[in-house]
Formats: sequence, structure tokens, C-alpha cells
Amino acid sequence: MVPAIQVEQVVKRYANLRALAGVDLEIAQGEFFGLLGPNGAGKTTLISVLAGLSRATSGTARIMGHDVVQQYRQARRALGVVPQELVFDPFFSVREALTIQSGYFGLRNNSAWIDEVLHNLDLTEKADTNMRRLSGGMKRRVLIGQALVHKPPVIVLDEPTAGVDVELRQTLWRFIRRLNEDGHTIVLTTHYLEEAEALCGRIAMLKKGEIVANDTTQNLLKRFSGFYVQLSLEPHVLPPTLMPLLKHETESGFQLALKDYAEVEQVMATLRVAGAKVIEMEVVQPDLEEVFVKIMNQESA
Amino acid sequence: MNGFYTLFYKEWLRFWKVNVQTVLAPVLTALLFLMVFGHTLRNSAEPYPGVGYSAFLVPGLAMMSVLQNAFANSSSSLMQSKMTGNIVFVLLPPLSYREFFFAYLLAASARGLVCGAGVLLFTVWFVNLRFEHPWWIIVFGVLGSGIMGVLGIIAGMQSDRMDQLSAFQNFIILPLTFLSGVFYSLHSLPPLFQGLSHINPFFYIVDGFRYGFFGVGDVSPWLSASVVAVCLAALSVLTLYLIRTGYKLRH
Ligand SMILES: Nc1ncnc2c1ncn2[C@@H]1O[C@H](COP(=O)(O)OP(=O)(O)OP(=O)(O)O)[C@@H](O)[C@H]1O
Ligand SMILES: [Mg+2]
Repeated sequence: MVPAIQVEQVVKRYANLRALAGVDLEIAQGEFFGLLGPNGAGKTTLISVLAGLSRATSGTARIMGHDVVQQYRQARRALGVVPQELVFDPFFSVREALTIQSGYFGLRNNSAWIDEVLHNLDLTEKADTNMRRLSGGMKRRVLIGQALVHKPPVIVLDEPTAGVDVELRQTLWRFIRRLNEDGHTIVLTTHYLEEAEALCGRIAMLKKGEIVANDTTQNLLKRFSGFYVQLSLEPHVLPPTLMPLLKHETESGFQLALKDYAEVEQVMATLRVAGAKVIEMEVVQPDLEEVFVKIMNQESA
Repeated sequence: MNGFYTLFYKEWLRFWKVNVQTVLAPVLTALLFLMVFGHTLRNSAEPYPGVGYSAFLVPGLAMMSVLQNAFANSSSSLMQSKMTGNIVFVLLPPLSYREFFFAYLLAASARGLVCGAGVLLFTVWFVNLRFEHPWWIIVFGVLGSGIMGVLGIIAGMQSDRMDQLSAFQNFIILPLTFLSGVFYSLHSLPPLFQGLSHINPFFYIVDGFRYGFFGVGDVSPWLSASVVAVCLAALSVLTLYLIRTGYKLRH
């Protein structure tokens, strides 16, 4: 099976800035993929190259095996992009915007699918409202709808949930998940790391135009193996031998970073010897945010 | 409904939905010109034998409307789409560069022709207009609106801001259309300006268009049509090339 997305050695320069510094990336069909990175990392630039909105300085990109420059028609037909910027055409209503967008893809009689998209994005009531009269979150939903009108096998969402309320975010993810289950490949960028952790099977992290991590979400979470133990002690004193493990101290207790569960045993023994009483203990698993911060700092060191 | 047709339809809707500004206003402007100039200059010499000044003025005003509105349509549509970012809606789909070009061009032509027809429709009652060669009228209407539609695409692609587009409009389009013989016959000019007018392609459009009405002009309509067709073809080739390379559309 051809990869949904295949990026080889893509470099994108803006004057003297290298927004993408030789990116290699392969995303299989059916994946739910997360593209993470701090502001300015190059996520949107990479998406623009995939969408043909921007031309790579060098390197190649393919969507479902179609080169985005040479075979742009097939490539674009296979791709649906939700842009990061909240853009809209003030001349049209929601339904007109969606109908026109399907027309650009050569689709006629697409109203059944458009109705379904409207329904799933909770826009049915606003179907005949002019784009200007929608709230920001509603405009973003229309953008998502516009990316889906042609039922693309590959869907790329550049921060789709920025400015969308909690309830709708849930509905939206349910819808996107269902599309994924139906076989659509999903690529997502977001700054909400819990979202990425919950949804994405695989995650790549981008920093200054380079991929600094690319692994399954599980492996990434395990990669910086270990976890945290939150301890409340009586008295509130940490034995000096445990100091190297201390991650941070709060009024209520200490958070220690441990590598494995065997270490818990040693910590307990040390505490017993020191005569400290454990009032409360809680194990905290690392989350993606932790991993993200570590990876970003590690690479710059 | 294929991609080209949809883009054309969208561009058509874009101006037709606000036709008070995009069609009615220019027609009104032309009528004001006719009233003011036609009245003040009503006693001037007949530009051509048997053709009064007001009648002479009407085809020129109609063509000016065609030219300016065709230009305004493609240039402002593209510039605004780029400025607001909604240009992505036409850049993401698999539209070819030809479809892109012809859709913008055709919509611009359509608006120009609608405006020109509007001017004629409202003025034909007040002046003694003849329609000697309707085919020339159509040919020059199409050529004129086409050339301006293409120039509008170039200007729209080139401009990232309103003021850049205004500069294009005020320093190139407006002078060339005003000095194209809309308000006067070339023969009334001193020789130097007659010569200069001959390098203004819009002069040929206006002159040929007027020939269609009265059967007289400053130069042969065949010459005019050839000059304009060559300009249109050259500009189209350039514009197709620019769109294909994504000039100022795709980074
Ligand atoms: N049109 C452009 N001209 C010049 N530089 C640009 C352009 N677009 C992006 N850049 C630069 O490229 C780099 C990557 O930008 P990009 O938009 O891809 O970041 P991002 O990862 O999407 O960030 P964010 O999370 O803020 O959306 C940035 O340094 C940005 O300033
Ligand atoms: Mg971005």
C-alpha cells in the first residue's frame, strides 16, 4: 500500500531562514498522526508544501503516491486541508461556501454529503447564514467542512480546535475519529498535547524545521521512561540522599522522578531509615507534555 | 459542474450580488460624464460628419466602463482574496492554471460587458446612436474587456495591498483609458499627441468600438483589431506563465 504521505528531504527556505531543514516523513494510510512543535517550528510550512500552497526549495512530497508538483491534480484531489488561519469568503453563506468548494473539485450533486458534514459539524442551523455573521468557532467549523467536501482519503488539520468550545471539540473529535475508522488518514497539528496524546497513534515532533522525534505515542511516553511519585512527609523534610531524585517541591510535599518501580522500594527504605513518615503517596505517569518539553530541551542542549 | 465553471460562477456571483456597486454605480458615472460633457460641448464641431458630440461620446463612455470594470473585477477579487487569505480555497483544489486564468478572465469580461451594455441601454434614448457594424461592436467589446480582465489578473497577483492596486489603477489604467480618445477624436489633437496616442493600445479599442457604431474611425478597424488581439495574446501568455509558476500566489 502506498503511504498516505511521503516526504523526502524537504527543505524550505525563506530568504535566509530555513523553515524546513530537510524533513523526511512517511505516514501510512489509515494512521491518526500528530505533528507537534513549538511556534515557528515549521508545521504549517510543511503542510503548505503538501498542499501545494508553497513550493519546497528542494526535496519531494507525495500524497497517496502522487507528487504534489508533477501530479498536483491527483495529489490535491486526495488531500483535504484545514488551514490554520481563520479565512472565509464574506460573499457567501455556509452552504454556498461548501457547494462552491465541492464544485472546485468537480463534484456535482454533492448536497447529501454536504448535509451530513453540516450536521456533524453542528452547522445545520447556520447553513444559510452569511459567513460574516458566524462566530470564530463556527467559521473554523466551516473551514473543516470545506476540507471534507470531496471526501479526501488524507485529511490534514492545522490546529483545528483553536478557538472551538469544549463541547464542540468533543463532537468534532468524534467525527474525525469516525472518519479515521472509515479509513481516512488524519494528520493533526495542535498545541493541546492532551488532545494529541488521546487521539494520535503516532507523533512526530518538529523543531526549527527538523524532525526531532517520530514514534508511536506509546513509545514516546515510555521513551523518557519513568514516572513521578508525589510524597507528603511528616516531618516535611526530604532525606539528603533522595535529593538527586527531587523534581520539585511544593508546600504539601515532594515530587520525585523515578525510573522504575524497583526504585520505589529503595525510596521507602531510605525514608524509613531517616524516620520520615509517609502521609500520602501518589504515582503520576508522565504525559505527552512532559515528553514534549524534554525532547525540545534535549535537542537544544 | 466542473472546477472551471464553478470558479467562473463564484466570480460572477461575487460581483452580481453587489450589483448596485459593481454595475449600477459605473453606469451612473458614465451618465454623469455624458450629461456634463455632452452639455458643455454640445456646440463643438462634429467629430465626424453627421455625428454629434454626444453621440460620439457614448461609445467611448461605454467602452471606458467596459475597460475599467473588467479591470476592477479580476484585480480586486484576486487582491482581496490574497489579502484576506481566502485565496487558499481556489489554491487547494485541483484547478489547473488554465482553468484559473479563464475563470477570472471570463468573469471580468462579463462584468465589463454588462457595465458597457448598461451604459448603452441608458443612453441610447437620449442620443442619436447608430449601430452600423454590430459585429465590430461585439469584437471590440470582447477584446477590450478581455485585455483588461488579463491586466486585472496581473495587477491582482502583483498587489498584496490596496494601495499597490490603487497605484496600478491610478497611474496606468486611468491615464491610458482617459487618453484613449474617449472624449475626443484624434484628429483634433496636435500631431505630437496624435503620434503618442498611436502607441496606446486602448486608443485602438475605443476607435474600433466607435467604428462599429458610426462606420467611421481614425484608423481602420482591422488594424485596431489586430493590434488589440496581439496585445491580448501576449498578455495572456505572460499571465498563464505567471499563474503556472505560482507567482505571488504560491510561495
Ligand atoms: N511566508 C513566509 N515568509 C517568511 N517566513 C515565513 C513565511 N511563512 C513562515 N515563515 C517562517 O517559517 C517558520 C516556520 O513557520 P510555520 O508557520 O511553519 O510554523 P508553525 O510550526 O506552523 O508555528 P505555529 O505553531 O505558530 O503555527 C517561522 O520562523 C516563520 O516565521
Ligand atoms: Mg502553524
